[in-house]
Amino acid sequence: MLVIARRLFFYLVTAAVAISLDFLIPRLIPGNPVDAILAKMQGVTITPAIIHALDLQFGVNTSASLWGQYTHFWNNVLHGNFGVSSANSFEPVSTVIRQALPYTLGLVGLATLISFLLGTAIGAVVAWKRGSWLDNLLPVVTFFQAAPYFFLAFLAIDVFAITLGWFPPSRAANATDFPAFTWTYLSDVLDHAVLPALTIVVASAAGWIVGMRNVMLTTMDEDYVLIAAAKGLRKGRVIWYAARNAILPSVSGFALAIGFIVSGALLTEIVFSYPGLGSLLLQAVSNNDYELMQGLFLIITFTVLAANLIADFVYVFLDPRTRQEA
Amino acid sequence: MTASISTDQVTGSGPVPGSALHGTAQRRQRALRLPRSPKIIAGLAMLASFVLLSIIGPLVAPYSPDRIFANSPVPLAPSAAHWLGTTSLQQDVFSQLLVGGGDMLLVAFIAGVIATALSVVVGVTAGYLGGLADDLLSMLANIFLVMPALPLLVILFGFLGKTGSDDLFLIGFIISITGWAWGARVLRAQTLSLRNRDYVDSARIIGERGSRIIFAEILPNLTPIVASSFLFTVLYAIGTYSAMAFLGLVNPNWSWGGILYYAQVNNAELSGYWWWYIPPGIAIALLGTALVLLNFGIDEFINPRLRAAGLTRRSGGRRGTRTRRSQQFALTPVIRGPEPSAVLAQGATPAVLAPGTPAVLTRRATPATTGEGGQA
Amino acid sequence: MTGERLLEVRGLSVDYGQGPGAVHAVTGADLVLHRGEVLGLAGESGSGKSTLVMAATRLLRAPGVITGGEVRFYPPDGQAVDLLAADYAELRVLRWSQVSLVLQSAMNALNPVMTIRTQLTDALAAHLPRTSRRERQARAVELLEMVGISSDRLTSHPHELSGGMRQRVMIAMALALRPQVVIMDEPTTALDVVTQREILEELKELRDQFGFAILFITHDLSLLIEIADSIAVMYAGRLVERAPANALFHAPRHPYTLGLLSSFPPLHGPRAPMTGIPGSPPDLRNLPSGCVFHPRCTFAFDRCAQQAPPLEIVGARPGRIAACWLQLGDRPVPAELAASEPGTAEPAPGANGSRPVSERADPAQPADESDRAPGSGERVQQRSTA
Repeated sequence: MLVIARRLFFYLVTAAVAISLDFLIPRLIPGNPVDAILAKMQGVTITPAIIHALDLQFGVNTSASLWGQYTHFWNNVLHGNFGVSSANSFEPVSTVIRQALPYTLGLVGLATLISFLLGTAIGAVVAWKRGSWLDNLLPVVTFFQAAPYFFLAFLAIDVFAITLGWFPPSRAANATDFPAFTWTYLSDVLDHAVLPALTIVVASAAGWIVGMRNVMLTTMDEDYVLIAAAKGLRKGRVIWYAARNAILPSVSGFALAIGFIVSGALLTEIVFSYPGLGSLLLQAVSNNDYELMQGLFLIITFTVLAANLIADFVYVFLDPRTRQEA
Repeated sequence: MTASISTDQVTGSGPVPGSALHGTAQRRQRALRLPRSPKIIAGLAMLASFVLLSIIGPLVAPYSPDRIFANSPVPLAPSAAHWLGTTSLQQDVFSQLLVGGGDMLLVAFIAGVIATALSVVVGVTAGYLGGLADDLLSMLANIFLVMPALPLLVILFGFLGKTGSDDLFLIGFIISITGWAWGARVLRAQTLSLRNRDYVDSARIIGERGSRIIFAEILPNLTPIVASSFLFTVLYAIGTYSAMAFLGLVNPNWSWGGILYYAQVNNAELSGYWWWYIPPGIAIALLGTALVLLNFGIDEFINPRLRAAGLTRRSGGRRGTRTRRSQQFALTPVIRGPEPSAVLAQGATPAVLAPGTPAVLTRRATPATTGEGGQA
Repeated sequence: MTGERLLEVRGLSVDYGQGPGAVHAVTGADLVLHRGEVLGLAGESGSGKSTLVMAATRLLRAPGVITGGEVRFYPPDGQAVDLLAADYAELRVLRWSQVSLVLQSAMNALNPVMTIRTQLTDALAAHLPRTSRRERQARAVELLEMVGISSDRLTSHPHELSGGMRQRVMIAMALALRPQVVIMDEPTTALDVVTQREILEELKELRDQFGFAILFITHDLSLLIEIADSIAVMYAGRLVERAPANALFHAPRHPYTLGLLSSFPPLHGPRAPMTGIPGSPPDLRNLPSGCVFHPRCTFAFDRCAQQAPPLEIVGARPGRIAACWLQLGDRPVPAELAASEPGTAEPAPGANGSRPVSERADPAQPADESDRAPGSGERVQQRSTA
């Protein structure tokens, strides 16, 4: 468990760095962000209290020292106070994010899991059947790996939603439905989630496929795979013996991949007008809603770190060699 | 875009001993030439055409990309006048496409160079020095590796605002901040393994200075990995720059991501204006594919075991061997052709068969060993 | 050593790759293994010994291809099986239950992510589906005890065991289904000398207890003297000599065997200069004409370069075959290759080493080497040549 403790420490350090960056960047970049925000606000009542809060958030017009602001910032973050969102009528950023977060977690979490399992399975089979027609899959897969997520999203909409009409092209649910735990609502949500999920899976599976294939080829050269076949085990079981080892680098590489996948998934959400964090991101950018940007940066980073921690747990579970108790 | 995980690089297993790189002496005997892999050739060809296109694009574009043809209220489908149709502002898509490549390649190149330089400095230093320096540098790299790039870039560019949005060099620089960590980690792992190789040890024993060792012994052996890392970073930068343009974080200009930005803002995909968003998307994808192919080729060069599945099937023809396609595992094939062994034709006879063995065990009669028909 | 035939290889040829550049790893090899026999297969690296055995069991990896020959397996009860014609399902039935495998490095041969218990019982589950988990567990405990490992190691993983323990686990694993043959490919090469000795002793005990045959592949001839009943020597993909162990050691008949024997110093006896074998092994894509050993042979004469010698019975005693023109024909045989067989006369002076004559069973027992024509003790006439 020492391994997990060290990883946890590392993630906490990273979180601290992220918070610090979040604090520093507005202050390092020239210009007055508050003015920029206010410039975008038209027709909204702005009270002096709001201006004061903004000033405090960005360290403008304040006599507090940098360190004082820093500690104040930390205090806010730890209490879940991310400021107010200018693009959302100055509602608290935390509220705005909390409404969107479940959609993103559900979509991206599920899609990533499917992509990982599917990708590694396909990769293992491609490696096992080396020299067969499956090898021709690789260039195709390469193309999808290189295509940007949002482009694939466009394609998905065009082909499946508009041309074929199988799935709805945007949003998470029909506008007339009320969120409830009814089957109609849930099936509607699923219906709307299929295309975005498909886009994410197709765009990200390529990495797993190629990665798993390469490791599997090396693993198949190991003696224990030969012994498994020499034992007269079923072919499926022999493949499993190899794949069970070959998947380890993919799990440890998950940490790197999840950052990319999340970025791509957010862009996909934008194309689908899916009410998750992606759309919030676009909104923040379009409206110079700095507080929302900052809050999103922190929340997304924390989520990715949490996913990494889960992946670390899974790795320790899968590889007994990491469990060396001293 | 997703990460192409070269897992051998992740695990730091280093070049397989049979691969092409060793100490200085051996290397001088052999020029470092890339094998003529179809992947590398295809990748290079595609890449070259893109570079060419981006250079001559603005010159051969039929129209200026922002020229407005006020003919119709909706975007027009491709026609003889507009090969890729028009946007909703009645601008020619094809011209935009041709003009936009240059920005993208420039930004990606800048980002690639800066990020690669950073990763070499951090990675090699960490790997060579070890100890506390290594721990700190590694932690730094890991932090940047784990932090998702998009939100960070959003706040960086968001706060930069107008100043950042036009300066290509600045854009490349900022992108490189998020893209150096991967290369640094790989190079560190590689440097670590190289540091313990014999020829580095002997250089140290002779008393060569550390910097000389790094430049003369270690760096040259890292070349394929640096090349691969550079390509990977360029690929990443292309995707990231497109995403930035698509979000409107930087000035879209006519970069391909920018064209997609305008398309998205005008709901092109919902209205079925496929000529507006498919060509730029495919262009990005093809450029990315070229880089990925090149990367695969270099990967195979580094790890000969992958090569067997890719290259030797063709290069084997040169040496006169063929390998079977799709050989089943643990089921060695039996191919009886004409007597394969030349030596047998010289008259060696098989051992005598025991009495009573069924005739099927008799060695097949061949022209070379006539007279063999039965037992003694 | 009497015993029925168990595994018979005839004229097996194995190439790596195909076409003009193919590597001829094994050419026309014959090998017979009898029930309960310990057959050693010796030769330097690249001689084809592993290739031969792996190909015979169809476990050879790509790009290995079998290009000729026959391999038959004779199970104790049942039909002879043509291993080269069998498909995957038929081979599955035989694998491990009749023929099992022990490889050189147990660290690589044991699956690092699975427990010892799983690896001991998976073959049981595959071949005996009716057994319950408890029965399999009990069998696993039994197997570990057989090799002297405590049963609380069942839940361990391979990296938690020492090298010697892992090798023992491999041996126990190989015996799980009480096979007829255990193929051992350099099983002790990766171990230190002390552990090597322990493992060898255990092997001998297990063999005596359960009576399985062993096909012991190694480059270390001295090991085979200890454990093998017969030894076969390979060079450049061919069998060049085969004899009962003691006879081979004291009275080699092939110049290559002679060279091998003089390559390691004896611990007792007078100091003799080590000679080794001049030259280097041939390129397997371009084998020498005639006898494949002739470029390095100190006794070679003109016939050796022209024709490849057949593998024939040598001498009056049965059970000895060699492929050498010196032994066939009328030329006088050099003294080094004509030493008296142990048990017949005093060992000739100058014979290498002076290991004491072993107390083993008389190596002169007629082995059914299947090289003898029925009813005659005569050497078989040579076939017509091209």
